[in-house]
Amino acid sequence: MTATQTIFALLDLLAISLFIIGLHYLNAPPTARFGNRLAMVGMLIALVVVLVGTLGIGWWAIAIGIVIGAAIGIVAALKVKMTAMPQMVALYNGMGCGAAGAIAAVELAHGVTLDPVVAVSLVLSATIGAVSFAGSLVAFAKLQELMTGRPVTYRGQQIVNAIVALAIALLLALFIARLGDAAAWVYPGLVAAALLFGVLFVLPIGGADMPVVISLLNSATGVAVAVTGFELSSPLLITGGALVGASGTILTVAMSRAMNRPLTNVLFGAFGAAGGAEPAATGKQQNVRSVSVDDVAAMLAYASKVMVVPGYGMAVAQAQHSVKALADQLEKRNVKVLYAIHPVAGRMPGHMNVLLAEANVPYEGLLDLDEANAEFPTTDVALVIGANDVTNPAARSVKSSPIYGMPILDVDKAANVVVLKRSMRSGFAGIENPLYELPNCSMLFGDAKASVDALTAAVKEL
Amino acid sequence: MTDVSHLLQLVTVLVLAVFVGFEVISKVPTTLHTPLMSATNAIHGIVLVGAIVVVAALFGAPVHGAWLTTIAIAAVTLGAINVFGGFAVTERMLQMFRRKEGPRK
Repeated sequence: MTATQTIFALLDLLAISLFIIGLHYLNAPPTARFGNRLAMVGMLIALVVVLVGTLGIGWWAIAIGIVIGAAIGIVAALKVKMTAMPQMVALYNGMGCGAAGAIAAVELAHGVTLDPVVAVSLVLSATIGAVSFAGSLVAFAKLQELMTGRPVTYRGQQIVNAIVALAIALLLALFIARLGDAAAWVYPGLVAAALLFGVLFVLPIGGADMPVVISLLNSATGVAVAVTGFELSSPLLITGGALVGASGTILTVAMSRAMNRPLTNVLFGAFGAAGGAEPAATGKQQNVRSVSVDDVAAMLAYASKVMVVPGYGMAVAQAQHSVKALADQLEKRNVKVLYAIHPVAGRMPGHMNVLLAEANVPYEGLLDLDEANAEFPTTDVALVIGANDVTNPAARSVKSSPIYGMPILDVDKAANVVVLKRSMRSGFAGIENPLYELPNCSMLFGDAKASVDALTAAVKEL
Repeated sequence: MTDVSHLLQLVTVLVLAVFVGFEVISKVPTTLHTPLMSATNAIHGIVLVGAIVVVAALFGAPVHGAWLTTIAIAAVTLGAINVFGGFAVTERMLQMFRRKEGPRK
């Protein structure tokens, strides 16, 4: 090892250390930004090392790629609305595994002498990368509403998926057994099967479960990158990929746990898939009480504690700033305003936190599930803004409900519940919410932002 | 034949990194899950380094086809989107966590 190589290796070690320390600082809100900066510095070091290390060979090709990629990535990141963040992460994730797949393709075609380790990791990274790539794009399409967010199911779906998975396993075995002497069609066949599997795998999963899927795909990309590290014999890629693979797994499990469903259930037990009968909207008329803006405004203004329960409806309506304005008005009147954040409210864990933070709501006011549930019995008004399934009391009592057992926010324990909703359409789980029929619950129909703005104006007038 | 000791070193690195990943991440509060996912998403953009190595190797070889070159450049582009976009999005999210002055009861 020459002196230069040693320095490069040490700098790579520094980069990896910065990733780990950065992740550590991302554990707490006050230091999170610093943590992200550290990870950025780590990435910068790693990039400078590789750019210097490759001695400018093919520099123009590298420059073209980096400039185009950086421009697209940064512009998209700055332009995207905060509500579209989850699908943005899905999309960037897709790009990452696309890169891993492309690397594998080049290495294979480049005629590697096919050292067994290289051959195996090459084909593995291509397969995982392709699954994750296709899956990410479907997740993006679902969240961006380019296609239905509901589970797409058909008869024999599990069998079809199993056959495709089996085909992938067989092709992998064939490739590895022949180590590079495999027929020319094996590799493209493998990638095609993997892409197909990625699509089929995400299709039956509904929008409400998308966070779990994105997290899982993020983790899968980490694994693909780590395997790419074996392909290129790079400890840097192995460590970076493994860190993400481990973190994604933890996040995925934490999220499934928040929904009180085993991961296998989220992935394979699509709501309504079993038996083919939709437990969804029966179309039965629910008896609900609709109230006027002025009624709600008076109720809020004379309350002593109000709990805001935000959901995806708030995100869609971009109502976070309006919510903050309403809270400011109420606080002027000495009403205590708190926010109850369900772990899976919105489309990603922390989705609501990010939106409310954007509107300058201090994070100390955001309560998690347990904290919020302790507060509801002493809450005067629970203001549910575009949240549905996470407030559904059926999860506590109705054994046949698809969301039975999911921990929910006990909004019905508050003295009054006001639900801001566009219509009586059911939530993502596609089931009715008995909350709306309770005597202490009233509905304020309309776009979340328009309703909240009207409430703010009405409170001001009181 | 593969150098077994070298392979073992890489496997060691892999296993240790997995443990570090579990440990360092399992303590994050729900509030930060989205930024965290976004940050780890940016970190797996380290694949960009691999893409750069591949392009350099390709150009270092006596002949390289147009197709392969295109795919390799695409790998760099995709990796760069992942890195720069990922970090920019995370930074934007975290900017919102800044503590605002002003009374809060």
